[in-house]
Amino acid sequence: MEKEEKVRIKVLRFNPSKERKASYESYELPYIKGFTILDSLLYIKENLDHSLAIRYSCRMAICGSCGMLINGLPRLACYTQLSDVKRKEIVLEPLPNFPIIRDLVSDFEGFFEHHKSLKPYLIRKGEEDIDENKREYIQHIEDLEKYLQFSVCIKCGLCYASCPVASTDELFPGPQALSQAYRYIADNRDNGLEERLKLIDNPHGIWRCHFAGSCSKVCPKGVDPALGIQLLRRYLMSLRKPKKKLAEVYRRAY
Amino acid sequence: MSRKRHKTGIKAWLKPYGYSLERWSYFFQRVSGVVLLLYFIGHVIETGTITGGFEVWLNTLNFTQNPFGHAILLIVILSGTFHAINGIRLYLTHQGYLLGKPERPEYPYYPKSFSRAQRVCFWLSVSIALVFFLYGFNILFGE
Amino acid sequence: MVERKIMLLHYYTGIAIIALVSIHIAMRLIMPFSESLEFSNVLNNYKNLPYTISLELLLITVAIHGFNGVRIILLEFKQGKAWESFVKFLTLILILIVVAWGTRTIVLTNLM
Repeated sequence: MEKEEKVRIKVLRFNPSKERKASYESYELPYIKGFTILDSLLYIKENLDHSLAIRYSCRMAICGSCGMLINGLPRLACYTQLSDVKRKEIVLEPLPNFPIIRDLVSDFEGFFEHHKSLKPYLIRKGEEDIDENKREYIQHIEDLEKYLQFSVCIKCGLCYASCPVASTDELFPGPQALSQAYRYIADNRDNGLEERLKLIDNPHGIWRCHFAGSCSKVCPKGVDPALGIQLLRRYLMSLRKPKKKLAEVYRRAY
Repeated sequence: MSRKRHKTGIKAWLKPYGYSLERWSYFFQRVSGVVLLLYFIGHVIETGTITGGFEVWLNTLNFTQNPFGHAILLIVILSGTFHAINGIRLYLTHQGYLLGKPERPEYPYYPKSFSRAQRVCFWLSVSIALVFFLYGFNILFGE
Repeated sequence: MVERKIMLLHYYTGIAIIALVSIHIAMRLIMPFSESLEFSNVLNNYKNLPYTISLELLLITVAIHGFNGVRIILLEFKQGKAWESFVKFLTLILILIVVAWGTRTIVLTNLM
C-alpha cells in the first residue's frame, strides 16, 4: 500500500479573554484531494481539536466570513484548495488590521462602520413621485455597466487586511468602503455626492490610497477595488471643471 | 466592547513582496521620495556655503566631490528618475487613465487595474532610471 | 485647506519639478562637467536672472512637494487631533525654513 500523504497545518491560537499572547499550534492530517482549507479546518475541529474557533457559513465564497491569512496572503478558506497552496506546511492566521475575537475569527465591527459611514444606499433628491413609488428608477444598460463590477462585493474584508495604508491608519475607510462609495456615486440614480464627500475628501480619505493594488490582488470576487478608488478620484479631480457646481457641492458638504 | 486591532503596522509598508507589482511601485516611490527629500535638504545647505566666499566653496567641493559623494549622487539619480517617471504614471492612474473600463467580472478574475499599459509604464520608469544611472556613472566615474 | 486642493498641488508641483529639474541639470551639462562647479561659474549661474527665477521656483515646488510627502507619511503613521495639528505645523515650518535658506543663498550671491 502506498504511504498516506500528510499535510501540516499551523494555526494561530489566541483567546484574548484568557491569554495574553498568541501561540501557534500544529496539526497533521491526511491530504485529501479536493479538500479546501476550510474542509481541513472542519476536519481538525471534528477529529483533532474541538476547541478551534472558526467562522464560516456558505462554503462557496458568497458569505465572506471565512477570510484568513493563508501563508501570509489574505484569502477565503473556502475558496482555497489544499493543492493551491504549494507548501507542505500551511500557516493560518486571523486577518490583520482587524481585532481578534478568538483564534481565526476576527471582529468586523469597525470595518462595517467604515462601510456604513459612506452611505452605501441610493440617495434621491427632488423627485418625490419616485420616492413615493409612483414611478420606477430608469437606468440604461450602459449606466449599469459603470458600477456593476463594484456591486458584487461580499464584504469579506480581504482587501482591508491587505491594504498597507489601513495597516497603520485606522481612520482610512479602506478599499472596500471607498469602492462601494464609488459604486453609488457612479450610479446615475443617485445624487448623494455631497453627503459622502466629507468622508471621502478629508486627510484620512481617498487621497491616502497610493494604488499599491494589493486589494485587487486578493479580492476573491473580481471587484477590483483599486480601479474603483482611482475612478472615484478621477471623478473628484474632474469636478473642478464646472466650478460653480463644485463650489455649491462643497458649500453644502462643509 | 472595544477590541485591540491585530495590526500589521509599519511592517506592511516595508513588505512589498507577496502581492502585485503595484505594491513594489508603492514601496519604491516612497523610499525614493524620502531619499530625494534628504538629498534636497543637503543640497540646499551645500549650495548655501557659496555665500561664504571662494575658500569655503572649495572646502565644500572637497567634501562632496569624491567617490563617496558621487556614489550618493548616483543613488539620487536612480531614485530621482524613477520617482519622476513613476510619478507621472501614478498621476495618470490616479486620474483613471491607463486602467480600462469596469466590466462584469468573468471567472478567472484578473483585475482590470493591473492593465498592461500601466505595467509597461512601471517598467519604463525602471529602465529609464537605469539608463540615467549608467549615464551618470559614465560622467562621474568614467573620466 | 481641503485635502483635495493639497493633493492637486502635490500633483502639479510634481509635474513642475520634472521640468525645472531638467533645466537645472541642463545648466550643468552645457559646459564641460568638471568646470561646472567652479566658483565663478556657479556664481554666474546665480546672477543669470531667468535661471535664478527657475531655481527659486524649483526650491519652492520641491519644498512643498517633498514636505507634503512627509506629511502624508506621518498622517498615515499615527492619528489623533494633537498629532495632526502638530504635523501640519511641522510641515509648514520646515517648508518655510528650507525656502528661506535657499532664498538667502540666491539673494546673497546676487549681491556678491
